[in-house]
Amino acid sequence: MRKTLMAAAAVAVLAGAFAAPAAEAKTFRWAFQGDAQSLDPYSLNETFTLGLLGNVYEGLIRRDENLQIQPALAESWEIVEPTRWRFHLRKGVKFHNGNEFNADDVLFSADRVRAEGSDLKTRLAGVTEIVKVDDHTVDFVTDAPNPILNAEWATWYIMDKEWSEANDATAPTDVTAGKENYATRNTNGTGPFMVASRETDVKTVLKPYDGWWDAANKKHNLTEVVMTPISSDSTRVAALLSGEIDMMYPVPVQDMKRLEGDPNTDVLAGPELRTIFLGMDQEYDELLYSNVKGKNPFKDVRVREAFYRAVDVEAIKKKIMRGLSTPSALMISPFLFSRSDEFKRPEYDPEKSKKLLAEAGYPDGFEVGMDCPNNRYVNDEKICQAVVAMLAKVGVKVDLLAQPKAQYFAKILRPKRDTSFYLLGWTPGSFDSWNVLYNIIATPADDGRGKFNVGGYSNAKVDELTAKVLSETDAKKRDQMIFDAYKQLNDDWGYIPLHQQGLAWGKRANIELAQRADNQFMLYYVKVN
Amino acid sequence: MADAHTSAPGLLDPLRRFLDGDVWASFKRSPVTVGAAAVTLLYFLAAAFGPWVAPHDPFDLAKLDLLDSLIPPAWMADGDPRFLLGTDDQGRDMLSAIIYGSRVSLLIGFASVLLSMVLGIALGLLSGFVGGAVDAFIMRMAEIQLSFPAILVALLINGVVIGYFKTHPEWQVDQVTLAYVVLVLSIGLSNWVQYARTVRGSTLVERGKEYVQAAHVIGIHPAKIMLRHILPNVMGPVLVIATIQLALAVIAEATLSFLGVGVPPTEPSLGTLIRVGNDYLFSGEWWITIFPGAALAILVLAVNLLGDWLRDALNPKLR
Amino acid sequence: MVAFIIRRFIQSLFVMFVVALVSFAMFQFIGDPVNQMVGIETSLAERAALRERLGLNDPIVVQFWHFIVNAVSGDFGISYQHKRPVADMLLERLPATLELSAVSALFSLLVGIPMGVYTGLNRDGFLAKVFLTVSLIGISLPTFLIGILLIFLFSVTLANAPAISVFGLFAIDPSVLQLPSFGRGTVVDLGGWRTGLLTADGLKALIMPSITLGLFQLTLIMRLVRSEMLEVLRTDYIKFARARGLANRAINFGHALKNTLVPVITITGLQIGSIIAFAIITETVFQWPGMGQMFLQAVQNVDIPIMAAYLMLIAFFFVVINLIVDMLYYVVDPRLRVDTGKATGHG
Repeated sequence: MRKTLMAAAAVAVLAGAFAAPAAEAKTFRWAFQGDAQSLDPYSLNETFTLGLLGNVYEGLIRRDENLQIQPALAESWEIVEPTRWRFHLRKGVKFHNGNEFNADDVLFSADRVRAEGSDLKTRLAGVTEIVKVDDHTVDFVTDAPNPILNAEWATWYIMDKEWSEANDATAPTDVTAGKENYATRNTNGTGPFMVASRETDVKTVLKPYDGWWDAANKKHNLTEVVMTPISSDSTRVAALLSGEIDMMYPVPVQDMKRLEGDPNTDVLAGPELRTIFLGMDQEYDELLYSNVKGKNPFKDVRVREAFYRAVDVEAIKKKIMRGLSTPSALMISPFLFSRSDEFKRPEYDPEKSKKLLAEAGYPDGFEVGMDCPNNRYVNDEKICQAVVAMLAKVGVKVDLLAQPKAQYFAKILRPKRDTSFYLLGWTPGSFDSWNVLYNIIATPADDGRGKFNVGGYSNAKVDELTAKVLSETDAKKRDQMIFDAYKQLNDDWGYIPLHQQGLAWGKRANIELAQRADNQFMLYYVKVN
Repeated sequence: MADAHTSAPGLLDPLRRFLDGDVWASFKRSPVTVGAAAVTLLYFLAAAFGPWVAPHDPFDLAKLDLLDSLIPPAWMADGDPRFLLGTDDQGRDMLSAIIYGSRVSLLIGFASVLLSMVLGIALGLLSGFVGGAVDAFIMRMAEIQLSFPAILVALLINGVVIGYFKTHPEWQVDQVTLAYVVLVLSIGLSNWVQYARTVRGSTLVERGKEYVQAAHVIGIHPAKIMLRHILPNVMGPVLVIATIQLALAVIAEATLSFLGVGVPPTEPSLGTLIRVGNDYLFSGEWWITIFPGAALAILVLAVNLLGDWLRDALNPKLR
Repeated sequence: MVAFIIRRFIQSLFVMFVVALVSFAMFQFIGDPVNQMVGIETSLAERAALRERLGLNDPIVVQFWHFIVNAVSGDFGISYQHKRPVADMLLERLPATLELSAVSALFSLLVGIPMGVYTGLNRDGFLAKVFLTVSLIGISLPTFLIGILLIFLFSVTLANAPAISVFGLFAIDPSVLQLPSFGRGTVVDLGGWRTGLLTADGLKALIMPSITLGLFQLTLIMRLVRSEMLEVLRTDYIKFARARGLANRAINFGHALKNTLVPVITITGLQIGSIIAFAIITETVFQWPGMGQMFLQAVQNVDIPIMAAYLMLIAFFFVVINLIVDMLYYVVDPRLRVDTGKATGHG
């Protein structure tokens, strides 16, 4: 063994001696807490998977550092009729394998993203027809006017028709087919990086794509990117501190001080768009997990207000989030709704909470089961524990079940909806309030409305406003409708918004990068100095 | 602990004889063992009388104040005399949490050791005494059992137990009870093999001896022979295994909690405390992980030392 | 001999059958496979169709039969989460786990046996007591804590430690001793077997995980060797050898140690299965890309095909090792009945 070691060392020395241009090789090593589950861009609607693939694939539009919409594979677009959008595709764009990008690829990608097995079907919700006008012009026809049609298209990546057909990858993976979809482990995008090698959950190596259409404006100086998932928080922090990696996220909030204090490492912290909130079941006639039988206490608005007022968000911010959170009065980030500052979060008031519970007929409180993820949001389980302790102070005994996200989501989401009281986070993918209203506030319906409204909050006025918001094109009127809907929700104490959690990325001091508030990490902003 | 036994002559007569003479003498001769026994006794007492000795009740959530969280030990600059060893991320007094946590850990440890001991002895006796197909079957079962790591057993049992209580809501179990059941079953069920193999080995030896054959000849029921004549003779090695298994069970509980199949952090065991504290290893709040870690290590070390001594003391060849 | 082998072989088959039954039962107990496979958007009708296509409406016995037939041909289905054949994924991860297990087994033998001999020969020596106590501390800390503490010391602290000057003559930079905190380092692909044994940083990456994983076995082996030594040294033939005036050295190593090795080999063989299984925790702490880490992730994501396949693979290893150990026993020591021999091997 020693011989091998020496031989290896000798090789390393030789390699070092001859690799003169090594100074220009800029390898960037980074880590995330998990891995993309698949390289198929339609297999999972999840921030990290889509973010990683956003370096390889591109959509018709893209978002810049400040999340503003920019042209990408579409050079420009216009609304020819209220229900018809025309996109002019960029010419001369080539996929990584050299194939030309054209309208057929857009049509193909539109079919594929709506096929069975796709997790991103809603990207084209309301689109009734897609028309190829010529090789570089495509029309999208919608059933109703939709002012934000392309808002979520930065993560609807365009795939190559010829490549997909040649490799039998024309549909997103169907697990029941018994075979692997080629696109699960192979990519062919138009983006600035190509996948050079990949071992799922071990290592993914990316190399810059020289033929990228926007290479003239490129901001990065990388020659190789190595992504390693490191799931253990302490191991990830250790790897950054020891210099084995150049960047990692998320930084556990309690370790920010340590990374900031180290001269070799920095923390980039900023507000994230995700809102963390508590939901209460208002749909079942009897709570699934409670000692109150024959009725559902959450149907009583006083109980909901009592819960709201029993939770001290400032204490959670100070002690659990270490300041890295913004307590919220709304179910959406203030960055995404212009009139957010008109809302004020009701005061923390345990005395009033007790009084309200007594008025509602629970002077000694009651028992309720709570569901919580333990590896999804920043300090999710700790927040839940704190909420349990706060509710105990007003007499409500909470039985907490904290589980890994896969089990958690399977349990609480529709159709199972096996919960009475839960913690959830939501980022509107379109960066717009309609997404929030439609998915988590409107009354659940068969057509997909209210699909993530697990507690089943329901108010006809809000439903009506939600429908109107979608097709209203006057920005001011639209904002008023959104305002009214949020106001109604808050008057009903329908949800308990807690905060917008903060983003925390850790990096070595010699790395420059841009942090986007949607927590997508774009490699083309990275510079290794 | 030994003191308590020797002072109750009537009830524990066989045990008294067992601890008399050579064994007791070797105990007194070894200061390390006496120390280990004292430490173990201290833990047992703290566990038994936890609610009366602990300065706070860490399980009473209504008394926790988030604003009291992350306070360093009392002797440090920002310390608070109310919390001798500081507080954790939820404002729990570390000292009280450790006392209550030891209680939980020891409870789970004892219960699972008891389970695997009873199961192992019964199967071992049966295997050794009956022999033949029964023996082969039990030993193959042991092999199957050994191929399942405790974590796998725990996950399986977790699934089954949760599934069961789901379909039988009349039981009304909360998460904490559920976790206890899962932990005791999974640690208990994954450790019976060692008892069974040892007991079986000893039984095979004893079975051939004249007194057992004599008992058989005069028509004593086999079950009676096993219980009255063979069992007492195998208790020595079993006690050794049980002691070491107690230490292992406490560690197993901690490991399972680390993997997320443990006691929920609202009523933490030592293992859960370490898992939670693990998040604070780099952040400067070392007391959240070091104190429970040390408490666990000292407990396991003391029990292991006792087991060590017991093994040597009960081995007549080494005396 | 042949009859014995056949009998043991049939018994091993039975073991595998039962493990298969348990693995199969997992699909029934832990969640609904259909729920795991489809997105939330899938309608009830689609779910029912999927249920039919997967054969989940067949009688349980038929399903079990399909499961066994597939498993025997190496088909464990498609991972719910990764949408890839589970068998391929396990095979990719196998080398990492086997290399880690082998190196840590080697470590525990190479360190454990000499320590055991020493503590056996110097029963009341100070150093022997120190060995015994330190090894006890080693098993009194949970594996995950040992791993994290090692990372803390050898990856983080050493990376940032200032150079130490030796008598002002030259400086030692502690960071040369720094060990990687995660992963396998550079691996070389030898026809599908990715090995970390051929590169310097691959070997370096092995150090901390194998110590963490091997510590428990080391203690076990050391104690086993010690107690076997103590027993052998008291036997008549050693006493006789001493009386004959043979040198201590010859007695200790020529006779005593040789006699202790049979149980040591047995126990080590039997422990390899559990080393592989317990690698789960070590792999998680060190982000070691082995099967155990994959299994734990599968547990968190309720990816039952991976869990079931892993379970059967571990059982298979165990059964094979057991079979080999039994046969060795039979060959080495025909006097020993297989059954009684193993029963004495509790350490």
